[in-house]
Amino acid sequence: MESWRRNPLVFAAIALPPAFWLVLFFLVPLGIVWLYSFGENIDLVTIETTWTLENYRRAGEPEIFTLFVRSLWLAGVATLVCLVVGFPIALVITTSSPKWKSWLLLLIILPFWTNLLIRTYALLNILGSRGRINEALGWLWEMGDGFLTIIGLGQLNLLGERFTPLTLLGNNFGVIFGLVYVALPFTVLPLYAALERMDRSYIEASLDLGAGQLRTFFSVIIPLASSGIVSAIIITFIPTLGSFLTPDLLGRGQVDMIANVIERQFKSANDWPFGAALSFILLYATFFALAARSLLAGRRGREDAEAF
Amino acid sequence: MKSLRKAPLSRRKFLASTGAAAVGVTLSGKFAMSAEDAKVNFYNWDTYIGETTLEDFTEATGVEVQYDLFADNDELFAKLKTGNPGYDLIVPTNDYVERMIQSNMLEPLDHSKIPNIANIDPVFMDPAFDPGRKYSLSYMWGTIGIGYRKSAVDSVPDSWKWLYDSDKYAGRIAMLGDGGTVLQMAMKYMGHSLNTTDPAIIKQAEEMLIKQKPYIKAFAPDNGQDLLLAGEVDLAMEWNGDILQAMEEDDDIGYVVPKEGGLLWEDTLCIPTGAPHPENAHKLINFILDPAVGADIAAFIYYATPNKAAKSLMDKDYTDNPAIFPPPDVIARSETAIYPGQKVTRLLDEAWTRVKAA
Repeated sequence: MESWRRNPLVFAAIALPPAFWLVLFFLVPLGIVWLYSFGENIDLVTIETTWTLENYRRAGEPEIFTLFVRSLWLAGVATLVCLVVGFPIALVITTSSPKWKSWLLLLIILPFWTNLLIRTYALLNILGSRGRINEALGWLWEMGDGFLTIIGLGQLNLLGERFTPLTLLGNNFGVIFGLVYVALPFTVLPLYAALERMDRSYIEASLDLGAGQLRTFFSVIIPLASSGIVSAIIITFIPTLGSFLTPDLLGRGQVDMIANVIERQFKSANDWPFGAALSFILLYATFFALAARSLLAGRRGREDAEAF
Repeated sequence: MKSLRKAPLSRRKFLASTGAAAVGVTLSGKFAMSAEDAKVNFYNWDTYIGETTLEDFTEATGVEVQYDLFADNDELFAKLKTGNPGYDLIVPTNDYVERMIQSNMLEPLDHSKIPNIANIDPVFMDPAFDPGRKYSLSYMWGTIGIGYRKSAVDSVPDSWKWLYDSDKYAGRIAMLGDGGTVLQMAMKYMGHSLNTTDPAIIKQAEEMLIKQKPYIKAFAPDNGQDLLLAGEVDLAMEWNGDILQAMEEDDDIGYVVPKEGGLLWEDTLCIPTGAPHPENAHKLINFILDPAVGADIAAFIYYATPNKAAKSLMDKDYTDNPAIFPPPDVIARSETAIYPGQKVTRLLDEAWTRVKAA
């Protein structure tokens, strides 16, 4: 790691293009958006940076606050579901034979080969009130109702008079399902990486010394995988928080998140300064979460060092 | 004809609203800035021109057309906002024509170079958004109304009431995802002009929508016609072109502009400021307004043409289609949206955010 000090020229030659890229295509545009967030619309096409705080003040309006809270809540639940579902998957992949492992990993990565929009439309087809799930449920209902009629209970309408399709879209369920569906691979991969690195002898020791499977899982595996769990949470939660396609389609426009408001500011509302301010509030929140995380990690690192 | 009509009409389809569209054929290289080499850069909606119109134009004039596509007015506006990247001819909708005129983004048209203007129905020649047609010429027009499943309604749902103020079709209603339009139609239903700027009335529209929200199944980002086709909803507020497409696929679907009146829209041909080939752009406009060419385009994309001479060449299937040409009294009660200014746009957007947050 220290070698760059010995070969500064080589280091510079390698580091310059990415640094240039980062500055030109990330920091500069971000800086422009940051300036917009302190700007005012002079006319339809001119934004003047007047250092007003009005755009940030507007973000405190109750409806915006509601949408922020809703976004945090939806993204939080989605992240939790991803963890609960993703952890066993990662564990299975880690413990399977090398041949299976590569196939299973491929299955996790496979969804990335199809565009998000197309996958979302596929979900519409599956979850709709006349979608595949309701089709199957409707068929089961018919069968059940037919059976009841045969055994003479038909007129009691035990299963209801008619089959009522489940509402799986246009509500929190639809949005969370969609968010989980999109984010799950992002959760599984860091978990897998953490579990793969784990020293198996700890598990063996735990089992040998009399801890049960469950105790081993909660007292040994989870603490050892904690860094992977934190990475998984971050990499799942942050993009999920900024989703707008999923609430638009699977939420049927009924369960908007904050990114839907941001998108509108840059399009139909033509209010870039307000959109920029909202984006930056989201960015600040993310930044503080990351900073808090590394502070915690740093403290824990020191505690560990002191313990030994 | 029939077979040609399947694919088109998809102009305002879903991609338009998501911004996820990467449809455009990107313009290659830099445009030559020297005046008038034999080229013209045309920026249009997807599937919004005749099948061979552009090749025919090149054949007739020797001017080569570079064709690029945008997904919605916001994209068009955003692209030209910071300066014309080299387009000669664009097709904005009426309220965006207004915004662009206000922002000096359009070049005045030289009517003397477009003799085919005479073919346009005179009623289109003096609209509020561009008095005297200094900057824009009518290309196609249409309405926003209600698409419905005939077998699921007991009578034609010819009032906005069924969408905005009734639980009769609870859970079977789709609205457009565009808040401004949804609020404007609410004001129309309440008996006001859809261009009302009075905050109190906007507030009333907001409250009515919040009350109605539980009965609305979807605020569809321009895919109301898909929901209608899939049987997810029975009433959908939509652009007539999208419902026409659904009607092609399913006989059980109808379209009506409510008796309170709907929204009239008009897409126009304009030359953006700084166009490198204004001469050729005028030539192309004149070509498009030719009766035979106009009829070809209309027959292919199936939107209402303002070109009287072209319309007279069309068959009855087209000219008598109420989803393309609503009855005159309904048109008389309908209105064109006028750009309300940044302040009212913001009022509408804030009202819409509250509806969405409710």
